[in-house]
Amino acid sequence: MDFISPEGLRLDGRRPFELRQLHAEIGVLDNADGSATFEMGNTKVIAVVYGPREVQNRSQQQLDHALVRCEYSMATFSTGDRRRRGKGDRRGTELSLVIRQTMEAAILTNLLPRSQIDIFVQVLQADGGTRACCINAAALALADAGIPMRDLVASCSAGYLNSTPLLDLNYLEDSGGGPDLTVALFSKLDKVTLLQMDAKVPLDVFEKVMNLASEGAKAVTQFLREILMENTKKLAFAKEPLKV
Amino acid sequence: MLQSKAYVKKTRHGRVLKVVREHYLRDDIACGTITCTACDNSKACLSASPAPIIVFDTNVVLRQIDLLENSAISNVVVLSVVLEEVKNKDLSVYNRLRTICSNPARNFFVFSNENHRDTYIKGLAGESPNDRNDRAIRVASKWYHEHLGPASKVVLVTNDAENKRKALEEGIDAQTVEDFVRKLGQAELLDLLVGAGTEDAQTTADADDNRPSKRKVIYPEHKLMSEITSGLHKGIYHQGKLRVNRYNGFEATVSTESLGQEILIHGRIDMNRGFDGDVVAVELLPQEQWQENSLEKIVEDVDEDESEEPVGLVPGSAEQLPELIETGPAARPRGRVIGIIKRNWRQYCGSLEPVENTSSAGGKVNALFVSADRRLPKIRIQTRQLENLSNKRIIVSVDSWERTMRYPSGHYVSTIGDIGDRATESEVILFENDINNKPFSQQVLDCLPPLPWSLPAEELQNPNRRDLRQVRVFSVDPPGCKDIDDALHCTLRPDGNYEVGVHIADVTNFVLPDTALDHEACQRGTSVYLVERRIDMLPKPLTEDICSLRADVERLSFSVIWEMTPEAEIISAQFTKSIIKSCAAMSYAEAQARMDDSRLSDPLTVDLRNMNRLAKIMRQRRIDRGALTLASPEVKFEIDSETHDPLDVGMYQIREANQMIEEFMLAANVSVAEKIVEHFSQFSMLRRHPVPSPKMLEPLLLTAAAVGVDLDISTSKALADSLDRAVGGDPYFNKLIRILATRCMTQALYFSSGDCTPPEFHHYGLASPIYTHFTSPIRRYADVIVHRLLAAALGLSKVPGALREKTMLTSVADNLNLRHRNAQMASRASVELHTLIFFKNRPTDTEARIVRIKSNGLIVFVPKFGIEGPVYLTGKKDKKDESDWIVNEQSQTTESRDGKYRFKVLDKLVVHIEVVEPQPNRPKLQLTLVDQANECMSIK
Repeated sequence: MDFISPEGLRLDGRRPFELRQLHAEIGVLDNADGSATFEMGNTKVIAVVYGPREVQNRSQQQLDHALVRCEYSMATFSTGDRRRRGKGDRRGTELSLVIRQTMEAAILTNLLPRSQIDIFVQVLQADGGTRACCINAAALALADAGIPMRDLVASCSAGYLNSTPLLDLNYLEDSGGGPDLTVALFSKLDKVTLLQMDAKVPLDVFEKVMNLASEGAKAVTQFLREILMENTKKLAFAKEPLKV
Repeated sequence: MLQSKAYVKKTRHGRVLKVVREHYLRDDIACGTITCTACDNSKACLSASPAPIIVFDTNVVLRQIDLLENSAISNVVVLSVVLEEVKNKDLSVYNRLRTICSNPARNFFVFSNENHRDTYIKGLAGESPNDRNDRAIRVASKWYHEHLGPASKVVLVTNDAENKRKALEEGIDAQTVEDFVRKLGQAELLDLLVGAGTEDAQTTADADDNRPSKRKVIYPEHKLMSEITSGLHKGIYHQGKLRVNRYNGFEATVSTESLGQEILIHGRIDMNRGFDGDVVAVELLPQEQWQENSLEKIVEDVDEDESEEPVGLVPGSAEQLPELIETGPAARPRGRVIGIIKRNWRQYCGSLEPVENTSSAGGKVNALFVSADRRLPKIRIQTRQLENLSNKRIIVSVDSWERTMRYPSGHYVSTIGDIGDRATESEVILFENDINNKPFSQQVLDCLPPLPWSLPAEELQNPNRRDLRQVRVFSVDPPGCKDIDDALHCTLRPDGNYEVGVHIADVTNFVLPDTALDHEACQRGTSVYLVERRIDMLPKPLTEDICSLRADVERLSFSVIWEMTPEAEIISAQFTKSIIKSCAAMSYAEAQARMDDSRLSDPLTVDLRNMNRLAKIMRQRRIDRGALTLASPEVKFEIDSETHDPLDVGMYQIREANQMIEEFMLAANVSVAEKIVEHFSQFSMLRRHPVPSPKMLEPLLLTAAAVGVDLDISTSKALADSLDRAVGGDPYFNKLIRILATRCMTQALYFSSGDCTPPEFHHYGLASPIYTHFTSPIRRYADVIVHRLLAAALGLSKVPGALREKTMLTSVADNLNLRHRNAQMASRASVELHTLIFFKNRPTDTEARIVRIKSNGLIVFVPKFGIEGPVYLTGKKDKKDESDWIVNEQSQTTESRDGKYRFKVLDKLVVHIEVVEPQPNRPKLQLTLVDQANECMSIK
């Protein structure tokens, strides 16, 4: 199948090095300490953060740092065919773990000993790149909850189809059978915190795809930063009248 | 820059699904005109004036792709909406259109109107997708007009009356194809049009004529697709590929999976407009109609057409054997075609049947096209240039086949040349076998290193390249060979062992993966050798100079170097890239002469003798393992250097030197195959030769039994041994049996090691558990792949990306098998053509052998010229019992009623060979029996 036309356009009209349209909202749920939705094209994810709060299960309490927990789920309606997915499925468990580890690396857990942070991530609409989208949403929600972090973490995926590296694969491209690589970065520290790919790829191709995904992640960071700034401005503006 | 617009699409995937996809609209899509200042015109190829910019709508592209392929059409905007529609409707037309678009000389520009901000439109409520797409085409045409300003001209070519009307209303210059072509002012282009002129006339006539059609219905109606699908599902109908008998266009078979047996289809009515290669749905006839006519005759008299087995070259393998229909005790199922699931129409090559009245000069006339391929029906075409075409080989396309028409209707595409002209006929052979003999494109030539090429200094420094220039390397090839891809050396080591090296041209050093050159070579797959010319896989500078391991020049090579004991046991094998300097490029005859000349004792001759000794041992060992020594009667023409006409013809002589070279090439191939599979078990390019099924060997056994030879076919070893024992009264007898055995074999195939299990890797003919092709990278693409794999296995380079995809290698292997077969067919056809030319003015009497006896004739083989064909004993129209001959098919004997002659299979007889032309433009060889008194017993 041709994933990229000789004119250099992908199936959805993007060029190979282009992200899908990004959209994010912060503070979508009032109940939670922090919440955000994040959209990459048609992939939409909601992330909700509770904490830092008291550890529910005392035996799990850590004396020197905070306990981070993460739960990933997919809404029944998130894909074209309605399918109920249990919480315990392999993919879900793996993704929960991946998100937890990535966020744990970002949070300054040593500042919040004896506490617990819960991150709930739910995919509302899936169209490829859910992994990256979940991490971005979780990062925003953590920021919204005011949890101290080392750096803003941002993630993006990239693939390799028809001998071309492609940024931010959608579902159609994702099911094209090529490699799919997800990267999460601390862009200020310039450190990679997550790198996942389950395919055999020659080294030179890997490098190209990896660089592309990193570039994508940096662009996403930029976007996250803008959204957070805007949100902060809004909050500052909301606070102002109170003072007067 | 990005704008997102989601649109909803329904697809069916078992159940109904709602699929939402993003669709991004852009503002950076260029219009592609050179003069445009607003757009990025780095890829522009269109000129806005004075020539108009042409936009074709989907139906025009689908129907008139032959017109679009003509170079007179240029300055065309191909809209992405049209491309998409064409792709969904007909993939082959899409591929052809894409080829045109990618040719820079044609000035076709693809405009992605569906992704352009200003030309994207949303479907309106109640608007059908077709109407929406038509509107999109109009919007894009209008956009071009506005974008380029009032001075520009944009023509929308559409045959849809409604679309044209709306376009004119919107101020777009819309024309029908006919008007458009007429305005181009080139009469011959009108012939290219599908249903030129008749389309409108017919539709109006049909509209007026509500009575039942006056024309007689000839063929039964095709069933509806839905009926076929449900019938297939229920098992009433069977689906399969229609295979028309190569020698009799009125007989076809359909092999179905659902029935597990071939269904026989007899006659054009039952074939119901099916072409060879079409996927059809078949309904079985009632069982009592199954065994209507015995088919054990060479010729079937059917309708008005003559159809008979032609005299041709001896078949080389089972695939090329005339499909004889066995009349076993159980009758074969017969059926009739009730619908065509997928057409296999392509372009066909042939000539026009001569017509008497050529009165309407310049006007449109109907003519019948006859192909050289007997599997095709005649094709009705309309032409305005009958006088020009009457003696030409032409190419036509098929458009449709109505129930009321005896023959399908088509249209003229192009002319190749004069009938009977040798160059034209060679072109025809290439066309029929789908061999690309176009000159290499500029992109491909750009990949070549600058000429004149000499060994670059850095190669000498390359630590991975061994310098073997001091070694006494030589090559042995057929005389006049210019593409020398192998050379050898053989030196005595101090310890008494031999160092034997096979050096193969390092083609992959110049043909880098994923270049235009690589893609072209992969497409061509192999060089094609015709009698008088060669069609190269790689451009000439590579084939004949840079890669060719000529004498006394430094060349890059890829070497296999063994250490061998004097008993030819391989102690070790080494693979390395190297630099060699061949000291002699000999022909087989020269090498043989050197070895035979006892006075010579120079180092080179000693090397040759040593090698020959080793080769003999290796050969014997291989034969002991069960390798078959098969024979094929290859013929060699002596060609006049100026006229290129054949002067003499004779059997190709095989010397010891040939066998010596062959032996070392086999050994190199086996060594390399083992090496690459060890490293890349999933994607090595190998070659296998399947074990022939007992059924395929049946004709051989039948013949052998008739002459009292007992063949054991249980293993290749047993067969080889029993072939050795089969010695008849004269020296040629054994060779004849071997020739008959050869044609029962299947052909060897390329495959990817990931697709088969290791036991299936076996090469039956060579009795080798593993085999590949490594030794001829200049003329075979498989070898190029193997070279790359070997280099990767040695760690000299990376595995090219394309090879790592399993499906990719499989498709490459499939293509190579196809190309290889086509190349062989073309070579055979070329030899047949030259045989025909040779005998044209030389009717000859010569000795022949009977290979099969049938009810009305003998199939004879003429060893001297390598041809095979029928000798008729009974006249065509004679009844069986009136014949002068009594035939016993079981024991394969025949005798004349007067007892004058008695023939047994494999007997010798004398035949008269001459060229006859029963139908114009179809000259053929005719064999007739000559009796001892040299009295010609021609039946006709």
